[in-house]
Amino acid sequence: MKIKGKTWKFGDDVDTDAIIPARYLNTTSAKELAAHCMEDADPGFASRVKPGDIIAAGKNFGCGSSREHAPIAIKAAGVSCVVALSFARIFYRNAFNMGLPILECPEGAERIRTGDELEIDLDSGIIENHTRQETYRAQAIPPFMQKLVKAGGLIEYVQEQMQGLE
Amino acid sequence: MPKTISEKILADHAGKSEVFPDELVEARIDFALGNDITAPLAIEAFRRAGAKKVFDRERISLVPDHFVPNKDIASAIQARMMSEFAKEFDLPYYFEVGRMGVEHALLPEQGLVLPGDVVIGADSHTCTYGALGAFATGVGSTDLAAAMITGRIWFKVPPSIKFIFRGKLRPWVGGKDLILYTIGQIGVDGARYRAMEFAGELIDSLPMADRFSMCNMALEAGAKVGIITPDSITEQYVSTRAKLPYKLYRSDPGAAYEAVYEWDLSNIEPLVALPHSPQNVKQVTQIPKTPIDQVVIGSCTNGRLEDLRLAAQVMKGRKVARGLRCIVIPATQQVYLEAMQEGLLQIFIEAEAAVSTPSCGPCLGGHMGILAPGESAVATTNRNFVGRMGHVESKVYLANPAVAAATAILGRIAHPGEVLS
Repeated sequence: MKIKGKTWKFGDDVDTDAIIPARYLNTTSAKELAAHCMEDADPGFASRVKPGDIIAAGKNFGCGSSREHAPIAIKAAGVSCVVALSFARIFYRNAFNMGLPILECPEGAERIRTGDELEIDLDSGIIENHTRQETYRAQAIPPFMQKLVKAGGLIEYVQEQMQGLE
Repeated sequence: MPKTISEKILADHAGKSEVFPDELVEARIDFALGNDITAPLAIEAFRRAGAKKVFDRERISLVPDHFVPNKDIASAIQARMMSEFAKEFDLPYYFEVGRMGVEHALLPEQGLVLPGDVVIGADSHTCTYGALGAFATGVGSTDLAAAMITGRIWFKVPPSIKFIFRGKLRPWVGGKDLILYTIGQIGVDGARYRAMEFAGELIDSLPMADRFSMCNMALEAGAKVGIITPDSITEQYVSTRAKLPYKLYRSDPGAAYEAVYEWDLSNIEPLVALPHSPQNVKQVTQIPKTPIDQVVIGSCTNGRLEDLRLAAQVMKGRKVARGLRCIVIPATQQVYLEAMQEGLLQIFIEAEAAVSTPSCGPCLGGHMGILAPGESAVATTNRNFVGRMGHVESKVYLANPAVAAATAILGRIAHPGEVLS
């Protein structure tokens, strides 16, 4: 699967309160959550992000709360992929469970800047930066996570298991 | 092969003789929980999966605590989703307003999470229960939904890091300071994906309330779990409360750790994490006189009876400074009741502090004490990210309950000794 889009770059330790502030957690509506995505980090993000755009960030992206509203807001805002140096662990699980592809890529996290045009091959983990004429190799998605992605997410994976039990 | 406590608990729950760091395992869970923010999403996922029953109605707890008593109509609708789900599946451990508490204070108090358990909760501070010698970790709502259906969950076995605390603590220094010190040393991703194991003579003599504070904030260093070997202090706490059987595990001598830190903390003063990161830690004595608008004493980190006793000791017979609001939030109904019987609530009210019904409330900027632009708070909570307690231009300083109480009295960040000298 290939993804193409323009990048929004953020720094280290982007926390879940920055991704979706708790004051908006009185809803489960993806559309409403998307309207406030990244609000406390960049108030203009939600109104300017375009479908297919990519978020790049430094270390420990998604640290803090377990709120699944964070990957939901990012995905519903139209973001196609998050590339970071590293991810906080609950966010990492949640992103896959929600079907938001994320890639760990230290080199890309360092080199990519806001506005860069990227092309990402999720199967191989190869990231091409067309703006800078550079190529980065991200850590491949672990086999177990690929199984989840292939099933279509965790709920679909559980449905398969339930059918197996019947 | 010698194993850590985390590896031993996971191996037993995965039905394996041993597990290795970074191995993916599917483990049986002993308990699962959700709150009024995370459970609604989990319930939606549960229904989308087409599930007709939960794996075990006595091993699931739903606790409305974040936005309750309902702060607005949207929150009321979310809370109702939980209560209706609990009714439909006849869940005995749904805790309504009036019976509830902040989840991570409530479930140990009720004897529902126990030593040796594997616990998952759709709340990042689920790691609090590691203080009991449980393998407990936060997950998202969809993971909770899947676990409520199957009673199982997959884990990557975390490598363990050992933290050995030595020395004799100074007055007013406790578990909150030990964990702030640790995060200050290793950073907010210093234990990312790791199990933090707390040990050493300081831990051996640490009361349960302090142990809960420490394991609660392991997450703020990025950890999957924070864990303490259960001992006589643990057993004394759980033996009279346990609603289910439990098992005591301990790390084997010679178990492999990715890293070992050893600190003598005899000389530290109470610590404060400055805005906007829990790793931004300084001794309270090194902080310039900082005026404060609000003090919050409570939360899953420091809302237990022992925490309120510390605050009351500092505030007794004194008044909250003019121009400062002090909000005290007992973590559970039981804590509230005992604080009343001990006269602590009277001390707070006579000091002109507000005493609230249990709620997570201001900790996450939910309600019950939101900050205006430019305001600063000292809180006994666990996070001080940008906008955490309100406006994006407000600030939160994290501290222990005695420092928070001293700050409330003096109107600026203060050492408890400044009030009591």
